[in-house]
Amino acid sequence: MTLPAATSLTTAVEPSCYSRLTNEWVCAQYFVDRKSDLVEATTEHVLITVAAVAFGLLIAFPLALLARRYPRLEATILGVSTGLYTIPSLALFPLLVPFTGLSPTTVVIGLGLYALTILVRSILEGLRSVPEEVRESATGLGYGAGRLLLRIELPLALPVIMAGLRVATVSTVALTTVGSLVAYGGLGNLIKDGVNTNFRAELLAAAVLCVVLAVVLDVLIVLLQRVLTPWTRGVTT
Amino acid sequence: MTVFGDTWDYLTTGSNWSGSGGMLELLLQQLLLSVTALAIAVVIGLPVALWLGHLGRGGFLAINISNIGRAVPTFALLALLVTFDFPGRAEFGPYGRAGLATLIALALFALPPIITNSYVAVREVPPEVKESARGMGMTGPQQFFRVELPRALPLIASGVRLALVQVWATATIAALVAGPGLGRVITDGFFRTNYGKGIAGALVVAAVALLLELVAAMAQRAATPPGLGSPERGDDEMSGDAR
Repeated sequence: MTLPAATSLTTAVEPSCYSRLTNEWVCAQYFVDRKSDLVEATTEHVLITVAAVAFGLLIAFPLALLARRYPRLEATILGVSTGLYTIPSLALFPLLVPFTGLSPTTVVIGLGLYALTILVRSILEGLRSVPEEVRESATGLGYGAGRLLLRIELPLALPVIMAGLRVATVSTVALTTVGSLVAYGGLGNLIKDGVNTNFRAELLAAAVLCVVLAVVLDVLIVLLQRVLTPWTRGVTT
Repeated sequence: MTVFGDTWDYLTTGSNWSGSGGMLELLLQQLLLSVTALAIAVVIGLPVALWLGHLGRGGFLAINISNIGRAVPTFALLALLVTFDFPGRAEFGPYGRAGLATLIALALFALPPIITNSYVAVREVPPEVKESARGMGMTGPQQFFRVELPRALPLIASGVRLALVQVWATATIAALVAGPGLGRVITDGFFRTNYGKGIAGALVVAAVALLLELVAAMAQRAATPPGLGSPERGDDEMSGDAR
């Protein structure tokens, strides 16, 4: 029992950088050994984020249209969503638990509500940024309300909406970690484990991956925006 | 559902509020942390941002610091600070367990809204107004204090208000790394399957959060010079802070 762990069974040349004896922050061995943990956590993280943002978008869109149509409703919608946004995530998830249980749904709905707040404003602002003359010309050409929205207003509102989508997505990635309260926090689960067991390599890896994920998703949305708005691509000054 | 009954029971039992480790103590602890962190962030961030805004330099950093702050999970930073040898988990006076680590994390996350909003606030003062001030013979500091600052006040106040909400939310999360504050009631409840307790804690946290927002909104309105109205554009209201 006095043998160091490294020389006992494995054929590794150098001692592992995480063990009873060492606790390095940066440790390539960790990535090799715990790859499945990381992959599983990252997958869960991505799925929760995408589901939450999609949920938020799905609800934000009709709400924004309603708010645009009925100004009195706008104040209520914005007020309630701001109120929700003020509630800390660690408190919002428990408040949802009696209704959605200890499941990923709780995290997805909670995060979706935050995303909704950002997205409703973005969609509203985006639609309002469409110049009045453009709308008038389209109506003059015979565009009905539905076609007007789909073919004219939405495409022109896209830059603002996409900006909001980026903000919503990046903050959702960060907030998903809090889902570890109900054991559905994606990379947050690894962070929690790392803190509790003082496992430095795990903690740093999960934290860095979180930020990397946020940046990757942000870039993807920017690329999506460029694909969806080809008319802005030719603009170079 | 019985869990609501449990929650009500927990909230109405006096012993849960009083004494060491009771909800009242934790609530005051968290309020103290929040106010201290906000004060630190204001003292550090506000002068720098206002000065940069006045000069028109450092805009890229001032705007993007919010993007960076948004991408870093508050939970991750708290976890890292607590696991470092310093500040670690040591008790820090009235700030409780891991008090210093929490304070640092709170101050760091309060900086982006304050810096970005203050910078933008000063930049958005219309150039004509600044020109008139210059034309009237005001020196640089006079231009700043008599013209730019009063006009920038509403947006600055909105930044501080955002920072307060952000700080309260982050302080709650500190409980996930065995830190101070009311979050502990939530985590204790959930990790020991005492859901009534967890939800009770959540209700108190949420109620205080809404109260703080209300107070901050009133303060913001009070800070708005009459005739200026509330900031609409560039309010940065939904800057997507990690809460």
